[in-house]
Amino acid sequence: MSKRDTPDTDEGNVRKSKITRRSLLAGAAGAAGAAILKNSTATADEPPTPSPQQASPDPTKAYGRPATPVGARSTFERPERSVSNSPGGVSRTPLQDLNGMITPSDLHFERHHAGVPRIDPADYSLLIHGMVERPMKFSLDDLKRFPSRTQICFIECAGNGGAAYTTTPNPQRSPQQVDGLVSTSEWTGVPLATLFREVGLSDDASWFLAEGMDASVMTRSIPTDKAWDDALIAYGQNGEAIRPEQGYPARLLLPGWEGNANVKWIRRIDVSDRPFMTRWETSKYSDPLADGTARIFSFTMDAKSLITSPCYPSVLRAPGWWQISGVAWSGRGKIDRVDVSTDGGQRWEPAELEDPVLPKCQTRFRYLWNWSGDEAVLMSRAVDETGYVQPTVEQVQQARGVFSRYHYNSIRAWTVKPDGAVLFGAGA
Amino acid sequence: MVRLRRTFSKYALPAAAVVMLGCASGQGESPRHDAPDSFGFGQLATDDDIRALDIDIMPDGTGLPPGSGSVEHGQRIYAAKCASCHGPTGVEGPYDVLVGRIPNDEFPFANDRSFRSTIGNYWPYATTLYDYIYRTMPFEAPGSLATDEIYSLVAALLFMNDLVPADAVMDAETLPQVVMPSRDRFVADNRRGGPEIR
Repeated sequence: MSKRDTPDTDEGNVRKSKITRRSLLAGAAGAAGAAILKNSTATADEPPTPSPQQASPDPTKAYGRPATPVGARSTFERPERSVSNSPGGVSRTPLQDLNGMITPSDLHFERHHAGVPRIDPADYSLLIHGMVERPMKFSLDDLKRFPSRTQICFIECAGNGGAAYTTTPNPQRSPQQVDGLVSTSEWTGVPLATLFREVGLSDDASWFLAEGMDASVMTRSIPTDKAWDDALIAYGQNGEAIRPEQGYPARLLLPGWEGNANVKWIRRIDVSDRPFMTRWETSKYSDPLADGTARIFSFTMDAKSLITSPCYPSVLRAPGWWQISGVAWSGRGKIDRVDVSTDGGQRWEPAELEDPVLPKCQTRFRYLWNWSGDEAVLMSRAVDETGYVQPTVEQVQQARGVFSRYHYNSIRAWTVKPDGAVLFGAGA
Repeated sequence: MVRLRRTFSKYALPAAAVVMLGCASGQGESPRHDAPDSFGFGQLATDDDIRALDIDIMPDGTGLPPGSGSVEHGQRIYAAKCASCHGPTGVEGPYDVLVGRIPNDEFPFANDRSFRSTIGNYWPYATTLYDYIYRTMPFEAPGSLATDEIYSLVAALLFMNDLVPADAVMDAETLPQVVMPSRDRFVADNRRGGPEIR
């Protein structure tokens, strides 16, 4: 199967005529159908269960509903985060339901360790102290008065994709289930460098502790170099205030670095000349290696990509033209290229990258594929601007050990069965 | 830097001032301003402001408060407030396993999944125990333990991991001196981008 810009064979044209938007969406509709069934016991404060009967038979013949102060999704669309049962601090983004690169704010993944705190912005302040000339407190209004900066970037949990860190993954896994702990937003805030200039960092300062004000009072040590580079104290997400699950009213944003270090609900920064060795950076979020050591402060998320369509649990209804689409990102800069293979990694061809391609941000790629109907194994492989090539799981396991933890960025595969079923993994 | 100046000047200066400065400079371009050394926003923090929040403990013991605790007292607190999540002896769960050593203090976690990481076989610094328990344990009532209770719990957990004797007393002097078996296992991140997979 070679990549083609247009379906230019007779066979392709015939088949193309059968591939309607409806059939392309068949997989998504299946998921939506399940959501509708689940919703059939909706209570009074939930939106009404959508059904074809509720749609106007001809919307051009009836005045629609009036304008509203706050919009809502079409009741025919029910994308949802999947919430883990225990202990309630995890929900995953439905990657397979999304287009483009921005994650809707209400679908941004969650990871928290003591629930989502309710913080009155009037009571909020950020304290910066330690190795500074002037320890200072900044109210939310103070933070917003400083010159702001806006950046679109991904946040990915360091543990995202653990289910793929094996040569024999469970085939019945969706992108959401495997890699749903990554999301992309447009973040607005004050550069931490601006605040550091305001308090006057000591020449010897090299690390700072970032501390949250949820009940886990979570802390991470961060090198001050990241503040001088691109760290933000962010208060805006996708044009509005940050969502409570994402750190309202303000969080640390470290573009390209593992999610846990992007401390939410940030209340305090303690500047030092050494790291603090908190539980979160020692007992957790360190990466055991095969040589009997553990990598500590492994902040950067290396390049990664995954195909989000087609994917489990969707089914390709017929051979012919299908768009392979997915997202790629790197914590080290821009995505330079994404290669796609439809034969299990024997042959690779470059996919199209959707503009804009931004540093430390998800980039959408697409690749036109004419499926013969035979079993096929679809893979994507990201290359970033440093020349890093997304590795195979065998390469990562060789470098770090079979049971290393965190930073699971190996190549993902989907097996398309002759009956159109799509399963996770190359050997599915 | 240029973008920052431009953004700020757009909002910070009244239009009249912009015009005047533009004329005064004698140049036709729109005026831009260097960010000042200090904007002067925010308030100086008082010692009380800092004391109220500054709870972190460093590996050398910086930040540890006065007080002390015994293994025996800590074991009673553990049974009452910790065992339901971590198991009667710290190995049963259901949540994080706290107790366990590996023969010869080996560090096989990347190669052998049968070993669970614990305080005794993984945590590099004993001081982190005080810091963590104080800020967020017990799970149902975070921040509810008194100083001596935390020192006691730390003593008990170290004892349960065969790291201190049964008569150990933990305080600001003794806790930083406890050398954890895995202290020297931790290495800097050597990933740098580029073609090499590390």
